[in-house]
Amino acid sequence: MQLRRIIPWIMLAVLLVLPPVLPRYYLYLLASIFVIALLATSLNFILGFGGLLQLHHAVFFGVGAYTFSILLLKTPLPFVVAVVAGPVAAAFTALLIGWFCVRSRGLYFGMLTLALGQLVWAVIFRWSALTGGDDGLHGIPVPEVFNSLKTAYYVTLTVLTVCLAVLYLILKSPFGLTLMATRDNPVRSESVGINIRRHRLAAFVIAGFFAGIAGVLFVLVEKSVSPSLLSWSKSAEIMIMCLLGGLTTFYGPALGAGIIVFLSMKVGTYTEYWLLVLGIILLVLVLVLPQGILGFLAEKYSGRGGDKGGWGKDASG
Amino acid sequence: MDAGALGSQLVLGLSRGMLYFIVAAGLTLVFGVLRIINFAHGSFYMLGAFLSFTVTEMMGKQNPNGFWLALVVAPLVVAAFSIMIERGLLRFVYGQEHLIQMLLTYSLVLIFGDLVKMVWGTEFKSVSVPGIFIGNLSLAGIIIPVYYVFMLVVGPLVALGLWLFLTQTVTGKICRATATDRQMVDVLGINSTRVFGTVFALGGWLAGLGGALMAPMVNIGMGMDTSMVVYAFLVVVVGGLGNIWGTLISALILGVAEALGVLFLPNLAIVVPYVVIGILLIIRPSGLLKSVW
Repeated sequence: MQLRRIIPWIMLAVLLVLPPVLPRYYLYLLASIFVIALLATSLNFILGFGGLLQLHHAVFFGVGAYTFSILLLKTPLPFVVAVVAGPVAAAFTALLIGWFCVRSRGLYFGMLTLALGQLVWAVIFRWSALTGGDDGLHGIPVPEVFNSLKTAYYVTLTVLTVCLAVLYLILKSPFGLTLMATRDNPVRSESVGINIRRHRLAAFVIAGFFAGIAGVLFVLVEKSVSPSLLSWSKSAEIMIMCLLGGLTTFYGPALGAGIIVFLSMKVGTYTEYWLLVLGIILLVLVLVLPQGILGFLAEKYSGRGGDKGGWGKDASG
Repeated sequence: MDAGALGSQLVLGLSRGMLYFIVAAGLTLVFGVLRIINFAHGSFYMLGAFLSFTVTEMMGKQNPNGFWLALVVAPLVVAAFSIMIERGLLRFVYGQEHLIQMLLTYSLVLIFGDLVKMVWGTEFKSVSVPGIFIGNLSLAGIIIPVYYVFMLVVGPLVALGLWLFLTQTVTGKICRATATDRQMVDVLGINSTRVFGTVFALGGWLAGLGGALMAPMVNIGMGMDTSMVVYAFLVVVVGGLGNIWGTLISALILGVAEALGVLFLPNLAIVVPYVVIGILLIIRPSGLLKSVW
């Protein structure tokens, strides 16, 4: 359908011309949304399209952010090295964790990601000398250009656009199609000679890498890190975003991230019970609209569904 | 390092492990029979602790019976909540994907967390133990608070009770059969979903009991739900999903690892249990004992 192809471009054009007319607060809000949108899309790459029950994705986000911050704060290494090191460290962590996780399937996979992710969280939480422990690290010395909110806005938007394009191309490539095949029918995929474990591990590392990029962007916007970045509740929040937007749609997680981040900042100013609101949203969503907003729209208007039945019962098998 | 301190720490770890077992047993039971990962289990545990506080408050701080009454009332109230949740919400997502079921229970974590904050406020609460549990017991150089000895008694009693329920009662046998092969149970003409409510209530009761037992040992406050549920999950996974005895063994290992971590690596104490779990999972990715799956 033509309209569906055009909408992302229109969105991008609008976002590009917006900054001069937006108040500072909204620039900051949108920049934060871009960061989390990238994180959520990277999770959905393995959760929605890979069918892997990744329960602790925030770990890679945190590792990327912490690596970047520590290198800038405690070593004389140039900025560019730190920027590259963040995502690479995240990808390496993903390789280590994924190495053990891809050996098991379904719920066991999820449990292993949770256990090993908590291990990383505990290390960062406790290693105060390096990570600042519970307080985190503040005043990360990013280059001065990033002190302007407008620069941060354009940088996050550009990186988000490029990363989404790359992830999209990966999904359309033979690798991506094979990944979806292993999600839809693991047994058959294996019998036609696909090495499921290796495919899943590669997808896991790719997702970790992009989550690491999101982590670096986060530091560029916030200039601080804290252990809550890789807490388990953060991971759950990203999963909610993916579900809200639609697990089987490519832009769903970004939309979900936009809605949740926006609501959390808005509702947060009226009441201290934001989590209650989030819980009720999630409850309604699960019971009424488990296919998500974009999944619902795709079903309704194209008549065939974004990626019909992709998250079937044996998806996690 | 003298042997007495090591011994005391070992016993403390074992009794802590017993508590993890009580909470995790409920989780593994629900998991084995309903096939649902219940993130709200930690919230049930937290609710048990807060209810225990309220009951002892109402009975008067110094009344020793308050503790015992709380131990009976709190788990029952939590079990009643569990039944309402199972009948009112969970049964609509049976047959959905794991992720959907999991996120449903996670929404309860968020809702319960804020409701507890509304009802009890954000200040830490505490429950005092009855007179007979005050003081230490010392045996061959090992000094241990009496309350921990009490836990060492309660833990095995709960395990025994669960074992009797699962092997000696009809409902228990249906539960085990459902965990092993649900389709076969349905084919035999037993409505397997009928036991779901019972099992979920039992799971909630165990979480509530864990909360009420833990109440005198910790500051009762926000955040105790998620920290416990993550621990309970790890115990369940390491033990083998759905296997009660595996859960007991891994809970004890975790408790002891935690206690020894405090003794030998005080700075890295919270990392030690995760490292032990990580190693166990790498050696035996599918759990110590056979999973019901």
